[in-house]
Amino acid sequence: MSKIKCQCGHENPYGTELCEKCGRPLSEKAKKSDIVDMRYEGSSRRSQTYKSSIIDKIWNFFSSVKIGVSIIAAVLIASAIGTIFPQKFYVPATTPEGYLEYYERLYGTVGKLYYELGFYDMYNSWWFKVLVGMLATSIIIASIDRVVPLYKSLKKQRTRRHPSFMKRQRIFGEGDVRNTKESLAKAEEKLQAMRYNVKRENGAILAEKNRFSRWGPYVNHVGLIIFISGVLLRGIPGFYVDEAMWLREGETRNIVGAPGYVLENKKFTLENYTKEEAAEVFGEALEKNGMIAKSYTTDVTLYKQDEGALPGSESLKKVKDYAINVNKPLKFDGYNVFQMDYKLDELKNMTFHLVNKSSEESLGEFTVNLSDPAKVYDLGNGSTVNMLGFYPDYDGIKDGEPYSKSPVPNNPAFIFQMNTPDKPEGEKSFVAIRQTLEVEENDYAIKFAAAETRNISGLTIRKDKTLYILLLGGLVFMIGVIQGMYWQHRRVWIQEDTEGHLLIAAHTNKNWFSLRKELDTLRETADLPAYIDRQDPELDKPEQEGDEEIWT
Amino acid sequence: MAKNKKTIRLISRTALLLILAAIIVYAITSKDKVKVLAEGDTAPDFELVDLEGNKHQLSDYKGQGVFLNFWGTWCPPCKKEMPHMEDLYKDFEAKGVHILTVNVGEPKVKIELFRDDMDLSFPMLWDKNKTVMDLYNIKPLPTTFLINSEGKITKVIKQGMTEQQIYEYLESIQPK
Repeated sequence: MSKIKCQCGHENPYGTELCEKCGRPLSEKAKKSDIVDMRYEGSSRRSQTYKSSIIDKIWNFFSSVKIGVSIIAAVLIASAIGTIFPQKFYVPATTPEGYLEYYERLYGTVGKLYYELGFYDMYNSWWFKVLVGMLATSIIIASIDRVVPLYKSLKKQRTRRHPSFMKRQRIFGEGDVRNTKESLAKAEEKLQAMRYNVKRENGAILAEKNRFSRWGPYVNHVGLIIFISGVLLRGIPGFYVDEAMWLREGETRNIVGAPGYVLENKKFTLENYTKEEAAEVFGEALEKNGMIAKSYTTDVTLYKQDEGALPGSESLKKVKDYAINVNKPLKFDGYNVFQMDYKLDELKNMTFHLVNKSSEESLGEFTVNLSDPAKVYDLGNGSTVNMLGFYPDYDGIKDGEPYSKSPVPNNPAFIFQMNTPDKPEGEKSFVAIRQTLEVEENDYAIKFAAAETRNISGLTIRKDKTLYILLLGGLVFMIGVIQGMYWQHRRVWIQEDTEGHLLIAAHTNKNWFSLRKELDTLRETADLPAYIDRQDPELDKPEQEGDEEIWT
Repeated sequence: MAKNKKTIRLISRTALLLILAAIIVYAITSKDKVKVLAEGDTAPDFELVDLEGNKHQLSDYKGQGVFLNFWGTWCPPCKKEMPHMEDLYKDFEAKGVHILTVNVGEPKVKIELFRDDMDLSFPMLWDKNKTVMDLYNIKPLPTTFLINSEGKITKVIKQGMTEQQIYEYLESIQPK
């Protein structure tokens, strides 16, 4: 690829539209155009120039704004489709058949299709991830491809431009003034007063302000990339934890997602507003609904495993006691444990009497702790009760044996052996709620007396190390937006041509109205030729005084 | 000069595209936020007590095979495979393969009743706080890990097993 040598002597990269230095139009398109395309300063966008290898072709693909916009549209549409029906995560099923059944039952054929096309797990699908990855690639490559040439050509720009460049600007004026030197001097002074950065070189002025505004979009893109990397980091173990667990009162359990930590639930309390308390605020509502919750609290103790101790070992050290309240999580080592849910009144203890069937006389009582039952209960008067079988969630007899369908004491059943002074060899009895079975007719029976319940706390464990990265990404993004939106890159060129005419041209990347106003102010101080906004010629005419005949 | 520049451009573009492609591939393949143990991983060490109060540390069995079975008394397939394990336990103990079972946090008495009822003699470790269950990321029960003499997981079985299968699995981790 050959370089393009401009008449001014500067060598421009292949594909350049306007000479980086003097602004002469170089391409046929630029030469023919009335107003030059000033995007990227007419510099050569690299992507458009080299098309040799496969790598260059891929590069050019991602550099294209059209492709970028298409990718954005695809990501948006896919994300939107993902919100039509609940995602996999929210569906109470575990097997593929279960999922299919769920979607078909609730949403019919469309639901079935939704499942079969994989939309039910949209955000984890490989193609969604590929789309987001392509978006990131497009942002990075398109930015690099534009910011580098733009930076170079803005850096290389010369104060004196070629008249053909001036004439092709949207704002252009040409004319004779009484004293060129004085006009230029005054213009320089005034432009400086208007906070322009002024460069002067024999008979030519380049005034420039707010060039940094041009970097806004690229800063914005850097923010986006930081944000996407933050989201990506969530996939790496250790950066992001979002788990849930149930913890019964009295239970001590390893904290899901936080290895090395153990949590004990001391007590769960659900407090409601009393009538007196809430009379003012909730008075009516309280009467309507009966109860309004005031607070949900789990009193916990946090334990940490000793340094170097193996998982599962009993060497735990107490860290602290804490009352987890809604929005007041237990905090430790980057983790937050939130109060999320609760279940009230699960069976905890059951108290039984050992009674003589005929006399209905009690031989004493004993209490079974359902989460830690004993093998033998000594009633103290020569009678004992042995636990022969314990079925916390009794669900009938299977294969000739009582069957428990879960370890949760929803429907406890027991096989007890009653040893009494009368019957030292013992009698066996199967005891379930509202049911007693005996192998042979017994003299003694176990009678249910009382039960105690306990509550269960639903806790959520969260850890997010990427939060600050996301925040930084958002901040950088916003800075980029502000930088590009609230400032405009403006340039004013004033120069004397070889025949002694004064030329004026101006360019801004947006807000031409303000630029024209600034030029009008400038013309009040300095004697300069009238200019015209060539995209909107009518607009300016009445406001300007002076040499207008050249335009008529 | 121009040639040199072109080479640099090609190299830098290739490098950037490769990095981005690698990141996308990583994002697709890393499905789980918690590291799930897979075949070939080193089995994480732990320490649990059995029903008699004897400590068992996984790394103590280094140089020998370990058949690590997670179970619960309410789970029918767990119950079904236990007698098969019992049948093979003694033979393989002599051959340097140990059967360790881990109960996932049930009451101790419940486990004892189960053991006595089924007449089981292999060590039954008690994971009271469910620490080892979480460590091994146990979802369905029973789940069995085959750990070879180097302490590497050679297979994860997430279902019940027949006696024949158990025999083959035990044999597969027998130290040579």
